[in-house]
Amino acid sequence: MTDEISPELFEHLVELAAFAFDPEEAKYLRRELNNQLKAIHQLAAVPLDDDVPPASHGVPYTDQNSPPLREDRWEPCDNPDEILAQATQVEDRYFIVPDIPHTELE
Amino acid sequence: MSLMDMTARNIAEKVRRGELSAVEVVEDALERISAVDGRPGALDYGEISDEDKSKVHAFITQTKDRAYQQAQEVDRRVSAGEDPGPLAGVPITVKDIFCVKGTPSTAGSRMLANFVAPYTATPVERLEAAGAITLGKVNLDEFTYGSSSESSAFQPATRNPWHTDYVPGGSSGGSAAAVAAGEGLLSIGTDTGGSIRQPAAFCGVVGLKPTYGRVSRYGLIAFGSSLDCPGPVARNVGDAALMLSVMAGEDRCDSTAATLPVPDYLSSLDKDVRGLRIGISPDYMRIPYPDLQTGEVVVADLPEEIRDAILDAAQALADQGAEIVENVPMPNMSYGIPTYFVISRVEAASNLHRFDGVKYGYRTQSEFSDLREMYRKTRAEGFGLQPKLRILMGMYVSAAQYSEQYYQRALKVRSKIRSDFEAVFDPQGAYRLDALLTPTTPTTAFKLGDVYGDTVLMQYADQLTVPANHAGIPAISIPGGISSEGLPIGLQFQAPDYREDILFQVGHAYEQATDDADWRKIKPQVMKFVD
Repeated sequence: MTDEISPELFEHLVELAAFAFDPEEAKYLRRELNNQLKAIHQLAAVPLDDDVPPASHGVPYTDQNSPPLREDRWEPCDNPDEILAQATQVEDRYFIVPDIPHTELE
Repeated sequence: MSLMDMTARNIAEKVRRGELSAVEVVEDALERISAVDGRPGALDYGEISDEDKSKVHAFITQTKDRAYQQAQEVDRRVSAGEDPGPLAGVPITVKDIFCVKGTPSTAGSRMLANFVAPYTATPVERLEAAGAITLGKVNLDEFTYGSSSESSAFQPATRNPWHTDYVPGGSSGGSAAAVAAGEGLLSIGTDTGGSIRQPAAFCGVVGLKPTYGRVSRYGLIAFGSSLDCPGPVARNVGDAALMLSVMAGEDRCDSTAATLPVPDYLSSLDKDVRGLRIGISPDYMRIPYPDLQTGEVVVADLPEEIRDAILDAAQALADQGAEIVENVPMPNMSYGIPTYFVISRVEAASNLHRFDGVKYGYRTQSEFSDLREMYRKTRAEGFGLQPKLRILMGMYVSAAQYSEQYYQRALKVRSKIRSDFEAVFDPQGAYRLDALLTPTTPTTAFKLGDVYGDTVLMQYADQLTVPANHAGIPAISIPGGISSEGLPIGLQFQAPDYREDILFQVGHAYEQATDDADWRKIKPQVMKFVD
């Protein structure tokens, strides 16, 4: 069987996911992805009539078991500084990030 | 007898009556931990010594100060004549995937090693408000991604108290091992594909995956948001029932938490099983798995000891008046793992994109030139291989050009898995089951290092538990024997939506029926460290 995820496709996914791997890690991960896809391919054999709905969750949600929608109302957070304190870099209650790659428009 | 060998209900009763102080209970729990646990999991762990290999290593963080403060408050309430709560003085541990205010909440990952939770998860808050004492945060697979607890960034990884060469299962391995070794009486875990029930089976304890939405997910570091269920790990069914009654219920912080009233689960312990219809399915008594060379599905028989444990349990329940219904068809259960490989990865990838080194958690210490490079270095250094693998797969199977073939298809197969359960639990249907009895796992615990790294084989450890997650129904694993190797065997009961009461009723009846069984007298290996 040929590998569904080729080295090129793997590199593309790695770039999208914002990762970086050494060759040994890349080899392991690509092998496992391809092995998992072999298991996933069993799904192709499942007969699916047109009326089978996609299930985004198992238990049905109805008025009996789910809360009514609330008014969309702003509520203050009682410990913002504690939350901001988790960040590596904060100034004047703003999260600080390095330069964002961008292109100047003429 | 140590207090840690008593039931949680017993301890709470004695503390509530003032016959036992909560502080005394905490001291006993800490003594047990110091006898059996060894050093806690850490990022910089050095060599794993022979001493390490003989201990449990359930903990990442112990919260002794919190425990003593809580115990003193319980004792104060008792002396003041106030109600200290139904879990008064009961020591618990918390899987380190829950936020607990003021504690490191690491998810077993370098990515969150420095994260101190600014709030407490709803189910943990409810346990603490009911008088439970939090002993600490226990180890798990990184971000819960595994079935052996070996993938944690915090090593030594948790070991099985019954035999420390073996894994405790996962991802709630720290929870199950802690309860089995008497390091606390209860633990709160999470189950996305079997992560409470599989380690409960491997460690010889009770583990319940409640109905999806029965327990709030607020404050849980998310894996698969349509699958994740917080639930109890306990040493007996009654303690699990008590724990669920405290944790369950609606929550304004989680709109998927069901608004249905929480029944009195303890009252279901008093009901016998006469007239209950309990099914056995041949589809759960064999093990299909993919041959990676040919891509074909191979079917293996269940190990004889596990098969016998199921049949013996059915007989024990039949002797008490339950009606056993054989040959119940569950034709789609074998698609549980392939479906899970798709749905859980898509949800995991979505949930893990938030970890970027900006708002909380790890940020790379090395040089970077711009935001993109900071993201890449942070995520490369912060995540272990298993989270990375899940993100890559999730992105692939949900990409626009592959989604129809994989993600959309998996969602439809999920409907079919659910329809298997609807058919057999239908009160007007051919089977009219109250519960389905199956093994929890295809094998007993495996040795550390034997499976880790092979992500397909590791995932198939969950093949008997994962259908309940797709369907959303509740399921419980209870101890059902000890193998010839001295390792626990788990029985699983599954029930219709929100019918945890049936699981407690049947599980308790089985416990009563087998109370004198010889295998119940066998104790975990690490008890040799306890006087």
